[in-house]
Amino acid sequence: MKKKNKLYSVWTNHGVQSFIASLICIFFGLLVGYLVLLCINPAGAGRAMLAILQNFLYFPRPEVALEYFGSTLVKTAPLLMCTLSVLFAYKTGLFNIGASGQYTVGVGAALYLALKYQMPWFVCLIAAMLAGGLLGAAAGALKAYRNVNEVIACIMLNWLSLYTVNMVLNKVKEASTTYTGPLRTENPAALLPHMGLNKLFSDNRYVTIAILLAGLAAVFVWVLMEKTMMGFELKATGYNKNAAKYAGMREKRNVILTMFISGCLAGLGASFLYLSGIEQWSCAQTSVPGMGFNGIAAAFLGGLHPIGSIFSSFFIQHITSGGSYVDKMVYPSQISDLISSIIIYFCSFVLLIRYMINERVINKMGADILNTEEENVSDDEKGGEDR
Amino acid sequence: MDNYAIEMRHITKRFPGIIANDDITLQLKKGEIHALLGENGAGKSTLMSVLFGLYQPEEGEIYKDGRKVEIHNPNDANALGIGMVHQHFKLVECFSVLDNIILGVEPTKAGFLKKDEARKKVMELSEKYHLMVDPDALIEDITVGMQQRTEILKMLYRDNEILIFDEPTAVLSIQEIHELMQIMKDLAREGKSILFISHKLNEIMEVSDRCTVLRKGKYVGTVNTADTTPEALSSMMVGRDVSFKVEKGKANPGKVILDVRNMCVAGKHGKKDVVSNVNFQVRSGEIVCIAGIDGNGQSELIYGLSGLEHLKSGTIVLNGKDVSSEPIRQRSVLGTSHIPEDRHKYGMVLDYSLENNMVLQEYFTPEFITSFGFLKQASIRKFAKRLIKEYDVRSSQGPITIARTMSGGNQQKAVIAREIDKDPRLLIAVQPTRGVDVGAIEFIHKQLIAQRDAGKAVLLVSLELDEVMNVSDRILVMYEGELVGEFDPEKVTVEELGLYMTGARRQEVKTDEEKE
Ligand SMILES: Nc1ncnc2c1ncn2[C@@H]1O[C@H](COP(=O)(O)OP(=O)(O)OP(=O)(O)O)[C@@H](O)[C@H]1O
Ligand SMILES: [Mg+2]
Repeated sequence: MKKKNKLYSVWTNHGVQSFIASLICIFFGLLVGYLVLLCINPAGAGRAMLAILQNFLYFPRPEVALEYFGSTLVKTAPLLMCTLSVLFAYKTGLFNIGASGQYTVGVGAALYLALKYQMPWFVCLIAAMLAGGLLGAAAGALKAYRNVNEVIACIMLNWLSLYTVNMVLNKVKEASTTYTGPLRTENPAALLPHMGLNKLFSDNRYVTIAILLAGLAAVFVWVLMEKTMMGFELKATGYNKNAAKYAGMREKRNVILTMFISGCLAGLGASFLYLSGIEQWSCAQTSVPGMGFNGIAAAFLGGLHPIGSIFSSFFIQHITSGGSYVDKMVYPSQISDLISSIIIYFCSFVLLIRYMINERVINKMGADILNTEEENVSDDEKGGEDR
Repeated sequence: MDNYAIEMRHITKRFPGIIANDDITLQLKKGEIHALLGENGAGKSTLMSVLFGLYQPEEGEIYKDGRKVEIHNPNDANALGIGMVHQHFKLVECFSVLDNIILGVEPTKAGFLKKDEARKKVMELSEKYHLMVDPDALIEDITVGMQQRTEILKMLYRDNEILIFDEPTAVLSIQEIHELMQIMKDLAREGKSILFISHKLNEIMEVSDRCTVLRKGKYVGTVNTADTTPEALSSMMVGRDVSFKVEKGKANPGKVILDVRNMCVAGKHGKKDVVSNVNFQVRSGEIVCIAGIDGNGQSELIYGLSGLEHLKSGTIVLNGKDVSSEPIRQRSVLGTSHIPEDRHKYGMVLDYSLENNMVLQEYFTPEFITSFGFLKQASIRKFAKRLIKEYDVRSSQGPITIARTMSGGNQQKAVIAREIDKDPRLLIAVQPTRGVDVGAIEFIHKQLIAQRDAGKAVLLVSLELDEVMNVSDRILVMYEGELVGEFDPEKVTVEELGLYMTGARRQEVKTDEEKE
């Protein structure tokens, strides 16, 4: 009886349910991905799947594997920031599909200041954060004052920011290519410091404090949402803006503030990637980076919990990076994106699966437990049961 | 054996932490009005939701006309001719009344909406059953009373034969309730079978043929209404005797706490003022009640007082301070408590836990917040536990219960607990006993009077004349946005009030100075 009770509380625990649901989603994602590979070319399917799952473990030598592990982490940091951005807005009742756009203006601000004005890294970092935040706040203001659905506003702003950033960064691009100049030669002071972290990853020079900062951001978001008065207000506004107003909260300001913070997170994410020097921005880009959209899947895969997001972001980056090791002789080069997209797609079913688990647990297990508990209930309620 | 229109056999429905329905059997005869009675949280709405396909029971079977049926969702229920008016309305806020009524069963021709026919049918039903609605008004603009009528029309429009009314009278005025009772009788005479939930025993005595009582999820018994009394029913339901008359001493009015001058609130969409030129005072130690038929500006008057709506003109003085243009938070801090008429729209954050809802008006005070802006979770828990205990707020998991899963009456009790415990100078209570059981009504009335005796100014808005007459010290009647009469409850009759409420008569309402 005791044991059953314990099991019941484990199974009805939100975290446990989310974790199992995530595993189920990943399993189905992998399965369907594998089937697609089989359809295209049965011969290499097993090997290709293995490559995706192995990612950096693909390299037999531990030093090399460690170095590539570092690179995966470097790319996980910005994804995690986008995930947190989506998650934070979602928890406060808003769907921030504009994380990509906020990320893009973050890139623009960071690189422009770094390359044009030779600013040090921390200035670029803060600028990226504010740029993202302001773009988010713009969508929030449209929602608060003009009742424009934030999804629509965000999608519009995504395009707006892409072309604006392309235009602005065009001024600091390399002469011969469409890419922005490499920071390492143009302005090393704009590169994020390593603080010795690179030593842990076979001297991978792209590993910087960004990965630590992203982890801290996850903790920060969790504390902000669950432990502070601001989180209390923002969530209340998201759930029921009438009640928030009734309780004297400034509900309009809160919507804007939510989107501002959400945008700040995405903007910071951009600086984490581009100020590590691992990538250069192509000014001929015709779509916003997928980070913000992958962040949506990662947020759900992580059970809508900031700490869960750390793992889900890593997983999604892991398979995305893994995709590049698929044998391009056997499969067309788009295959890696296709497979990771399929897996990411399945990741968005986490909530549904969790709901199904919850229903089953309550129906199957709750029955026994409540019945046995019932017998222990005092008799004062038993009167008048005659029919 | 004759077949029942509906027979629910041995229904058991569980939620985490609670058995909402425990082996309940309910038999509904054809053409009868069957009342369902029970305390808040007894499991009435849950049982009806099972019948309507919103919940799947873990155990039990449902029979219709002697045939076993499976009801997996509301569509199944509709197909079987089962319709339900929910305790908390399920209407689309930004749709018109007509659109809400026909939603899901829109008449179409070649894929195009044919609203004219629908409108005709709706207007006929509205005429036939005296359910007055404005088919083109948006739901968000109309009063809860009219929303209620919309819900009823929605059910009638679908030609159902089993009708479930979950607390339909909670927000209606006396006249409307009489009309609804008549409608229900007519419907039953036409051969429809009706399940009717209400906490008002006189209504149950008046319309129902039989009554089934539930207590804490269990079946207590079914009685013929003709063979029972309200007292017997209430003790069957609560397990003790309930007094219906409120004991209260004489009021002892002190200084003016609320002083309203020439207050006007503009109507939506440029219509004429919904509150026009209202003047009145509420003193400490008295309960002033605003009586009137739903939709005569009472709601807007209160929104204006609490700050939810802007005034067009006029002043509100609270305890000597002009608060006419102060924000809501400021008015609250200066001592206004507000029990809102719509607990779901304003009163609660339904997705928050019960404990978070309990501190909704005070979360920012040092009691619950550290100086760095962190929540003091332990204090919140302790505070919520105290209120839950003092006000007997029942839920499945205590302070951490998500408010949405609580029964309607218990949500109401939670709001009341929060607002009264705030220790205000001015307590505004709009329909405070909406949807609570007889035991709780007694308790809430006692609390209102205790507040008065503690020197608070109490402004009560109620559509229920019983409540108006029993609780208040002074009655103001509101008609079409104006105050049209002031009365002493000891010296006025319900009939007389009725004349003023319908606009048949009016008098000048004087301010205190004018009286002297
Ligand atoms: N979806 C749900 N999840 C969890 N618990 C629920 C849910 N719905 C109802 N309950 C619980 O089941 C019990 C019965 O609730 P129900 O709404 O049926 O009461 P009721 O008799 O209609 O009361 P009231 O008169 O206040 O409306 C309550 O304790 C409530 O907390
Ligand atoms: Mg109910």
